[in-house]
Amino acid sequence: MIRVTRTYRFSASHRLHAAALSESENAELFGKCNNPYGHGHNYQIEVSARGPVDDRSGRALDPRTLDHLVREQVLEPFDHQNLNEGITIFEDLVPTTENLAREIYRRLAVNWQSAFPGQWPVLEKVRIAETPRNIFEVSEHA
Amino acid sequence: MLITKRVEFSASHVCRNPLLNDRENEELFGAAANKHGHGHNYTIDVTVEGDPDPVTGMVLDLKKLKDVVNREVIQTYDHRFLNYEVPPFDHVVPTAENIAIDIWNRLAPHIAQVGGQLQGIRVHETNDLYVDYFGETA
Repeated sequence: MIRVTRTYRFSASHRLHAAALSESENAELFGKCNNPYGHGHNYQIEVSARGPVDDRSGRALDPRTLDHLVREQVLEPFDHQNLNEGITIFEDLVPTTENLAREIYRRLAVNWQSAFPGQWPVLEKVRIAETPRNIFEVSEHA
Repeated sequence: MLITKRVEFSASHVCRNPLLNDRENEELFGAAANKHGHGHNYTIDVTVEGDPDPVTGMVLDLKKLKDVVNREVIQTYDHRFLNYEVPPFDHVVPTAENIAIDIWNRLAPHIAQVGGQLQGIRVHETNDLYVDYFGETA
């Protein structure tokens, strides 16, 4: 069994603000991440999949198929966007990178079978770096 | 405890399955099937698992690990055309997946004498693609 990991990048802005909390509670909870007009990051995501090596191709996964899936489900919807505006799930959910990681994992998982119709490869993990020092992971068991 | 040694080599390869025709290979591998080949700077992470020795405080002697990796992998792979010069890639497609398996097979018999147990091989083919192999049982 092999795990294949591919890296992608997108840039987006967000503001951490919980609608259920007051202005001062938000400011206290999120600090500078709550500044009123938001701020941005260069996000780097790693998508890992697991599977056996196919005899014909010598590969566990066709990177072009994964690129297409990630482009369609993640890069096109999120790149150069404001995550607080126009992205349905973040209308009611704070676009922390925890929630963003879960949403990216969900989008890939829901569309995985149509991109990779066989038993393998399976989606194993999404890892997202908001900055080089803040990194979040969601895996199949989490 | 896990300890990882990172090494690098540069090599060329072509992704073609000799059992398939030109059109099938191009469909399967895209630009990687270009018959004259192309190259990468590969980065290899060799991860060994073990307990630190109470006297030395080390899992293994890194110099010995480096010597084994140099002898078994780097001297074989570096500045070679993998399909033509490094078996089994005369008949196995030298994808990053198969390179990880081959490096595991070359190193596994020699790690015990260095100390610890081989835990994983990570092969970075480019900055944006890597594969992990943890042996047949994983």
